Amino acid sequence: MVSRASYDFSMGVREEFLDNGLRVLVQEVHTAPLASVWCWYRVGSKDERPGLTGVSHWVEHMNFKGTTNIPREKVKGIIEQHGGYWNGYTWIDQTTYTETATRDALDHMLFIEAERMASCLYDPADVESERTVIISELQGGENDPEQLLDQELTAAAFHAHPYRHPTIGWLGDLQAMTRDDLYGYYRQYYVPNNATLVIVGDVDADEALKHAARRFSDIPAGQVPIRRYTPEPQQLGERRVTVSKAGTTGYLKVAYHAPAVTDDDFFPLLVLDGVLTGAKGLNLWASFRTPPPQRSARLYQALVNAGLASAVSGGLVPTQQPFLYTISLTATEGTTLDALEEAVSRALGAVRQNGITAPELSKAKTQLRARMVFEQDCISNMAHQLGFFETIASWRVLPSIADRIQAVTLDDVARVAAARLIPANRVVGRFDPLPEVP
Amino acid sequence: MTKPLRGLSPTRQVLANGLTVLARETRTTPAVTIYAGFHAGTAYDPPACDGVAHFVSKTIDRGTETRTAEQIAEEFDSRGVSLSIAVNRHAMWLIATCLTEDFEQVLALIGDIAMRPAFPEAEIETRRGEIVTLLRQDQDNPATLAMDALLRSLYGETHPYGRRIRGSIETVERITRADLRGFHSSRFAPQVMSLALVGDLTAERAIDVTSTVFGGWQKPAPDTVDVRSVPHAGIRRVQVLPMMNKAQADIAYGFAAIRRRDPQYYAYSLMNNILGQYALGGRLGDSIRERQGMAYYSFSSLDASIGPGPLIVRAGVSPANVERAVASIDAELSKMAAEGPTDKELAESKQYLIGSMPRTLETNVGIATFLQTAELFGLGLDYDVQLPSLLAQVTRDEVHDAARAVLDPSRAAIVVAGPYAGVLQ
Repeated sequence: MVSRASYDFSMGVREEFLDNGLRVLVQEVHTAPLASVWCWYRVGSKDERPGLTGVSHWVEHMNFKGTTNIPREKVKGIIEQHGGYWNGYTWIDQTTYTETATRDALDHMLFIEAERMASCLYDPADVESERTVIISELQGGENDPEQLLDQELTAAAFHAHPYRHPTIGWLGDLQAMTRDDLYGYYRQYYVPNNATLVIVGDVDADEALKHAARRFSDIPAGQVPIRRYTPEPQQLGERRVTVSKAGTTGYLKVAYHAPAVTDDDFFPLLVLDGVLTGAKGLNLWASFRTPPPQRSARLYQALVNAGLASAVSGGLVPTQQPFLYTISLTATEGTTLDALEEAVSRALGAVRQNGITAPELSKAKTQLRARMVFEQDCISNMAHQLGFFETIASWRVLPSIADRIQAVTLDDVARVAAARLIPANRVVGRFDPLPEVP
Repeated sequence: MTKPLRGLSPTRQVLANGLTVLARETRTTPAVTIYAGFHAGTAYDPPACDGVAHFVSKTIDRGTETRTAEQIAEEFDSRGVSLSIAVNRHAMWLIATCLTEDFEQVLALIGDIAMRPAFPEAEIETRRGEIVTLLRQDQDNPATLAMDALLRSLYGETHPYGRRIRGSIETVERITRADLRGFHSSRFAPQVMSLALVGDLTAERAIDVTSTVFGGWQKPAPDTVDVRSVPHAGIRRVQVLPMMNKAQADIAYGFAAIRRRDPQYYAYSLMNNILGQYALGGRLGDSIRERQGMAYYSFSSLDASIGPGPLIVRAGVSPANVERAVASIDAELSKMAAEGPTDKELAESKQYLIGSMPRTLETNVGIATFLQTAELFGLGLDYDVQLPSLLAQVTRDEVHDAARAVLDPSRAAIVVAGPYAGVLQ
């Protein structure tokens, strides 16, 4: 039997710094003949100023279009030839690139990431064709009423802080941005002293570090711009936003201003979310793809079992600065948004007034523990967590997470519920479907 | 350093009552994936009543002879377990991952759900409301509408592959408790069940616990449905479904293709990989996304199944680009049919499909899925060891033959759903 003690997330993580400031994290995991590489940049959509919204994500796209030593025509299949998988994503605090392939492709993967960090081409023709690809991605998102509502909700929740604009950017900026805008942003933020390189898998740590040093040492450190984020002023009263478009189904979102991952309130709210909607875990890459255990959760019982909502979901994702805790609901056919909102307000009001019960606390903790085991089921998921947490806080918080969850008390949860689940702290979004145009 | 791959070498045992167990111990995580399949897919929906199997999948876990829905919910939730129930044309799948120490209780619970569901009336009504809402959401989803219409066009409304998996609001409104119980009673039996257990437990224990839970389950063996072939399409059929409230149009373009057991399957699979999968969408992605910048997604998929499943091309484009995108698809398919793949493309796709196997088989759920696929199509317990050579031996001419046989734009079925109301040839 695999012992639980062997399940320390940061067991055997080696941390080294190159002279240029690149942080390298290596963890040997010998369960399969594979290696996973993630390269993380501490830049996301919150670093974008008006006129350049969407630039971080577009830069991510451009960074898959050839480098000095990887000509455009060699890009396709560069990791597939090693049976590998690649991807990347951009969100509010981070941009990341990953490959997972057979263990003997490690140096090749590091070569790819070093090229990506320092030598991307930004061919103007590629900029133009990618402009329309990203606009296509944006419009695909707008086909989904829930995504549309989420965008409106977030923009309403933040008056000042750059978390307010969508990571994909506003259409006007995507239409106007130039090759120089993109290339300039890339050069500013893609420097080794703004990055974390993570290697997990069937590797020898010393060898892996040697490969990383050989591939990355020649890249010079850079001057990262001074970051300026307007702290979001305290919300003084409930905000409401409605999207009215042709559609078939009503959606309701209730969002509360949430603590950052380093805030004392984070883990109590994480436990509270488990009680309300079922625990997801803490891995953005892994856990949100499998449904949470939620059939006995408060909001499922009060809304789905009552026939008012066909689905309810909640999520508290670790962020560097205070973001949102959002509860999303789909109204069943025939249920008004008024009725749905009234029911969810009642259910949340009960928690705000009375907190949660001891059995609920215990169950949420058990769920989180189990989910955190399930979400570490492969090296790429493990590697994700090291880089994700380093980019928003520190990878060193990972080993303490289990204890911090365990330490959450009924009083902690009650305090957080009473303080945060209040109307003045909430933004309510509705997608109110208009009848289809005949 | 890990040992070289010797193959999965799963343990397969058929219990006295006909239930097939596939067990594979792994040491990656203190958890077990339970992956149960029943030949109880939508192909077995009663005539003129699409949606029964799907409705069963939404209600089977809402109460058993000895447990209420609340009790079931508590038993799963208190262990951090989430039971996923999925249904496709041929099978219904009950899938859950649990911690090692919870395995026995969770398998017993899943067994109770599979063998003795109660289908309480109140639960049926609540889930009926959820399904109707899902169907209404589908009506607002260009991708779903395009796919549904394409499959109907390819197979017809009564063929198992042309019928709606979720049914329609009209059929779902009239499904009764008797329908659900009847479906379960006629389809759920040990002889048509295969159970893959992958994770932190020995094969012996896996079989032992399965015998305890399911060993006493006795039922007559259900029939299996045959999926008829469909006539070769004679002409190109184009359908436009205007949805002017949407921001993007979805194109679904396809053909009825082959059965999984067809000896040409590996040639078709490689052809599909080259055409619309390799790297960022194969040749289709190169043309429509990379070169022309028209789409965020553009790819092809081959769903060779017990019956002759479809090969489908998909793309999401702005309405202004619909005609150009369809023309590009026509061009890519014609080219592939006329010339076949290059040697380089074939070598690269083979290398990728073979080389990606360790990743595919890294997780417990990945292994369980693989084992169930091999079981469903009778591919053998050593399929993972055989697969590389099955792919390697495919010749360029065989791939070209596959392309010629199926990729004919003059016989394609095409559906466009979204903010496009043009006339498409």
